[in-house]
Amino acid sequence: MSGNQLLERDALGTLDAVAARIRRHVVDMCAGPEGGHLGGGLSCTDVLTALYFSVLDVDPRRPDDPHRDRFLLSKGHAALALYATLAERGFFPVEELAGFGRPGSRLMGHPVRAVPGVELPTGSLGHGLALGCGFALAARHAGSPARSFVLLGDGELQEGSVWEAAIAAATLRLDRLVAVVDCNGLQLTGATEGIAPMEPLAERWRSFGWSVREADGHDPALLAEHLAAAPWEPGKPSVLIARTVKGHGLPFLAGRPASHYVTLSPRNHSRALNALRATEAGG
Amino acid sequence: MSRATREAYRDALLPLLARHPELMCLDSDTGLFTADHAAAAGEQYLNLGIAEQNLMGVAAGMAACGRVPFVNTMAAFATSRALEAIKIDIAYNRLPVRIMATHGGLAAGHLGPTHQALEDLAVMRALPGMTVVVPADAAATEAFVAQSLDLPGPLYVRLGRKATPPLPAGPPPVIGQAQTLRQGGDVVLASCGPYPVLACLAAADVLAGHGIEATVLNMHTLRPLDTETLTAAARPADLVVTLEEHWRGGGLGGAVAETLAEREPVRVVRLGVPDTFVDQVGSQEHLVAHYDLTAERVVRTVRTALDTAARPGRSGRKEHIS
Repeated sequence: MSGNQLLERDALGTLDAVAARIRRHVVDMCAGPEGGHLGGGLSCTDVLTALYFSVLDVDPRRPDDPHRDRFLLSKGHAALALYATLAERGFFPVEELAGFGRPGSRLMGHPVRAVPGVELPTGSLGHGLALGCGFALAARHAGSPARSFVLLGDGELQEGSVWEAAIAAATLRLDRLVAVVDCNGLQLTGATEGIAPMEPLAERWRSFGWSVREADGHDPALLAEHLAAAPWEPGKPSVLIARTVKGHGLPFLAGRPASHYVTLSPRNHSRALNALRATEAGG
Repeated sequence: MSRATREAYRDALLPLLARHPELMCLDSDTGLFTADHAAAAGEQYLNLGIAEQNLMGVAAGMAACGRVPFVNTMAAFATSRALEAIKIDIAYNRLPVRIMATHGGLAAGHLGPTHQALEDLAVMRALPGMTVVVPADAAATEAFVAQSLDLPGPLYVRLGRKATPPLPAGPPPVIGQAQTLRQGGDVVLASCGPYPVLACLAAADVLAGHGIEATVLNMHTLRPLDTETLTAAARPADLVVTLEEHWRGGGLGGAVAETLAEREPVRVVRLGVPDTFVDQVGSQEHLVAHYDLTAERVVRTVRTALDTAARPGRSGRKEHIS
């Protein structure tokens, strides 16, 4: 982490405070006319906070710096959490988040390149890791120490292309590539383990030649510590399995498939904001 | 000299890799590049295995970071299996990935329908910003590989498998410019790829003997289509015939018919592989003959169609019809 980032982080408060702000934006966005992917947005907020406020070497004033670290949200439906994170990090004004899902806004339901800070569009699942491999290979060829990070959903791991890329990354010894699995255990219609089981997940990744760690996905400082330390084993790509809760922070939705895509009514919007405040107050 | 367009591509790329460090060659275990070729290319060559979706994604990621990847795969796998990665990761981002697709059309011959690509041109030319070319011989392939260095967006190149004959000398092949191989005011014969273009040239000779003068266009670039050359050629003509190694829908015939319907209405007859999967073993030449993608078919088509082609407002060709 650069001194610059440390300064900005001090100015913005602790990682938990940043994550809390991002969660409020996510909830607000789901109160818009189109609603949004609330559950998966809230499950990965702490990961995004750790990355953008502690780990990634990026500068919103120079988003195209060729030596920047690169991040891809492979689980593109969590776009609203990424937008909130990028706005809080200074890539574009926080006020713009109010346009999410409204006609004319560039903040589409899945990330698009028109949004400052978004490297490549994502949304159809199973694309991000291959793109990340491409980033990492290009950085290696350019002799750059930049790292490439990809956030995947656990449901997304059902896409075969993820494993094509996992093989490639390990074979190519892309140890500047870091994947994070937002492991909230749920997909649109139910429990991931009931639909297409992937456990034991750590062993699966390990058997593909990756260096694996698991962590509480709602402890941004801990997540940042792990991610900053990657590569954990020389010559191996790293994957952090972040154990998370879908709809984290909203007791009336947390851990329920119903949180997948939600349009919050004014009543439920207030209820959600109250719940976030209560969670924060309770630490 | 007969030569395979896929080999012409390989031999054209290797020296370019040495001169242009940003170029990459990403392979999917096609065997086109031997161990010696790979060694010569050093870090610029990678065999990513039998994983075409990943191939396109890695290429897109590298291209987003300033590299220019040439990816090697078979046309059937590039445009069906990896289509979404091409659409979203490459075309949507307008990235300069060169999809070098071998075994195009019927070139897979005896390998059967799983390895034949008779929909690839329709699929690729539907993608915004995708340049789609079908070199008709080795020389054109070399020219297109060289010209691709100046192309900012994605490129799909349909290549063959085995050696095919060269075209007679004509105007230089330039991406985006149809080649007028022969000029005549009665009919236009438009085609792409080795056998169809040669068949149209041969058909034009025969038609001339019947007093029918044909313009022969090698429309090697399906996107962007050279609409100016096409409409200018079609303007005096009573008939346009297209011929291609592709299912009849959506390929060159589709592109020509769409364009002329909007700009220069004239009857268009599309010749291609009928609406069926290939049901028998055969070399490319055998299958081309089996599906009658031949000069004789073109001649027959023109003579039959011109019998009925005279339309109000046009000077018919009736005087040529015996």
